[in-house]
Amino acid sequence: MRDWPKVRLHIVTGKGGTGKSTVAAALALALATRGKNVLLCEVEGRQGIARMFDVDPLPPVERRLTTGLPAEDGTPGVVHALHIDPESALLEYLSLYYKLGRAGRALERFGVIEFATTIAPGVRDVLLTGKLFEAVERNSRNKGAIQYDAVVLDAPPTGRIVQFLNVSNELAGLAKVGPIKSQSDTMMTLFRSPRTVVHLVTVLEEMPVQETTDGITELRAVNLPVGGVVVNLIRPQDLAASDLAAARSGSIDRARVEADLAAAGVRQDPELVDGLLVEARDHAERRALEDSQRTLVADLGVPTYELPRLPLGVDLGALYELAASLREQGIA
Amino acid sequence: MTKARTRVGPTGTPTSDTQPLALDIDALIDDKATGIIVCCGSGGVGKTTTSAALALRAAERGRKVVVLTIDPARRLAQSMGIEALDNTPRPVADVSWMDGFGAGGRGGPTEGVTPRLDAMMLDMKRTFDEVVESQASPEKAKQILENPFYITLSSSFAGTQEYMAMEKLGQIHAQSGPESTGGTYDLIIVDTPPSRSALDFLDAPERLSSFLDGRFIRLMLAPARGPARLMTAGLGLITNALTKILGGQVLGDLQTFVSALDTVFGGFRQRAQKTYALLQDDGTAFLVVAAPEPDALREAAYFVERLSEDRMPLAGLIVNRASPAPSGQLSADESMTAAERLRRDDPASLTAGLLRLHADQMRMVERESRLRTRFTAAHPQVATGVVPALAGDVHDLAGLRRVAQLLAGS
Repeated sequence: MRDWPKVRLHIVTGKGGTGKSTVAAALALALATRGKNVLLCEVEGRQGIARMFDVDPLPPVERRLTTGLPAEDGTPGVVHALHIDPESALLEYLSLYYKLGRAGRALERFGVIEFATTIAPGVRDVLLTGKLFEAVERNSRNKGAIQYDAVVLDAPPTGRIVQFLNVSNELAGLAKVGPIKSQSDTMMTLFRSPRTVVHLVTVLEEMPVQETTDGITELRAVNLPVGGVVVNLIRPQDLAASDLAAARSGSIDRARVEADLAAAGVRQDPELVDGLLVEARDHAERRALEDSQRTLVADLGVPTYELPRLPLGVDLGALYELAASLREQGIA
Repeated sequence: MTKARTRVGPTGTPTSDTQPLALDIDALIDDKATGIIVCCGSGGVGKTTTSAALALRAAERGRKVVVLTIDPARRLAQSMGIEALDNTPRPVADVSWMDGFGAGGRGGPTEGVTPRLDAMMLDMKRTFDEVVESQASPEKAKQILENPFYITLSSSFAGTQEYMAMEKLGQIHAQSGPESTGGTYDLIIVDTPPSRSALDFLDAPERLSSFLDGRFIRLMLAPARGPARLMTAGLGLITNALTKILGGQVLGDLQTFVSALDTVFGGFRQRAQKTYALLQDDGTAFLVVAAPEPDALREAAYFVERLSEDRMPLAGLIVNRASPAPSGQLSADESMTAAERLRRDDPASLTAGLLRLHADQMRMVERESRLRTRFTAAHPQVATGVVPALAGDVHDLAGLRRVAQLLAGS
């Protein structure tokens, strides 16, 4: 059962350090099944996609990235990637809509492009979201472009996401009338429609969960559709609740652990037993904090998905593992 | 300088060992010559907590400290008494001398004197407004503050926050200095914003100046300045294009903004250059904070290179939230084998669970240590401190003291 069958645009945000880029990439892989074309976009100029997928730095044009996670019958889809950069987006926009040949070049020569993309209020974000919009809706003037079944955006962090998506508001002081105004209104219509969701990535710690809660409130306040919360980097769940309680209170039966270790053929080492008990206590303490944060996440009233913390880090193979887990949980 | 401090870049001494130099936090904060500590690093690595912990420790060891934070966790901010974002340093309550410091101890304060720690949360827009007000006539200032371009520039232009953090640093520094000269603080600790791109705070003044000095701006000012007839043809083309896209009112706003800003521009540039020089000063120390993750360490490597390129005094790298090394001599693989053996007899075995946790921990520790070794191989001259992860969240002074102890390596 898929939770978001009607959604074309998945926007993935999250606090720094929670792994939103990893989740965006895994989600793109999970969506790319049965011959579907999925576009994974990044907007912050960090070339994170290239690093995760171990390819050359991405140009500002769409390119095929990799094969998606196959369906049970073995048919995969294709993940494409796009590094959206504001300068190329602006030049493309000018040539698509205004056929600004000579003037376009003059604009560049006089530093207007640089001005518009770095300092003009809100313009940078509008250019990035504008290109995103084009990738979802495909402009008829963009001949021969791929029609994507889904677009996944590795978006700016939670603290900036509303400002980033709320383009008509950003432009309010700038363009009250004119073509840009009507275009930004069209973009807002897509972002607020059931075809878009904003997923929030978090870890089970106080600040990221708080930011997620605030982010959801802010998104709802401007009628942007909240998707799911992806809880990332979940600790291993190897101990039963009663054992966790014992570990926390320091009442684990030491003699039993020693006997078990001997039975399993581990050399007697009091230091090891001490270490195991300390690790158990720390782990139990963390788990208790995680559980209290998990309750807060559950109270948010949105679908949640969980991804494990991988002790060896995230490489290309791990991305597919995470994608499989996401698909199993129904986000894709 | 009273003591030699680790310094990298052109004046640093490289070593060939892969063991990193140890970062001596107490030597750094006790050194009276250290007047400013800047904590930088990518988002989510614990910069704010690190800055606050350093500040607390320095204050409790006898320095008069102010810490400038950007976005602390709510409960941490509450415990430091800086919930209100009022852009003024406020004293932190319940700071107490560390053993051996205070009355009769080191640092020499007299009886009855309490440690001095102030904290403040940066209000970016307000800082910017204050700069404008201090630079322009009241009438001109009003014109700028109300302009839509200024409003966006001061509240959301990428880099403004970084620039304002540095501006505030300059302001506080101007009021600080030795007690004999009436200074309020002798150590300023700055937490930098989680930049979209690393070191935006170094680039922001430059970007702002280059924007104000740019061709486009000069063009916008041209009609007001007179002999620019030659440019008029190009200008016409551009204004037409812009009017077509944005509408006429935008150009008007822009022109007002630019010409208003032009009058205060000299002041801006001067301040930016002063702050930049302050950062390069020997009394400043940069600490790069990272998490033991590939992305954070890659970012940290970039910071280190960039700081040395800009001749900024780097004191070292702090690897935060490292997985604590377990005791005992059991490898991850041995541990997993033993766990499986126990699970076969008793699927709910507690010891098997402990062994699996141990294996997981060992793998994390090995991976992190490999990452750190790589960093050290590439940057052998950078002194490194490793702070093990705490089991709980930090949201009070006791937690900060614990982090500070770990930072100081005890």
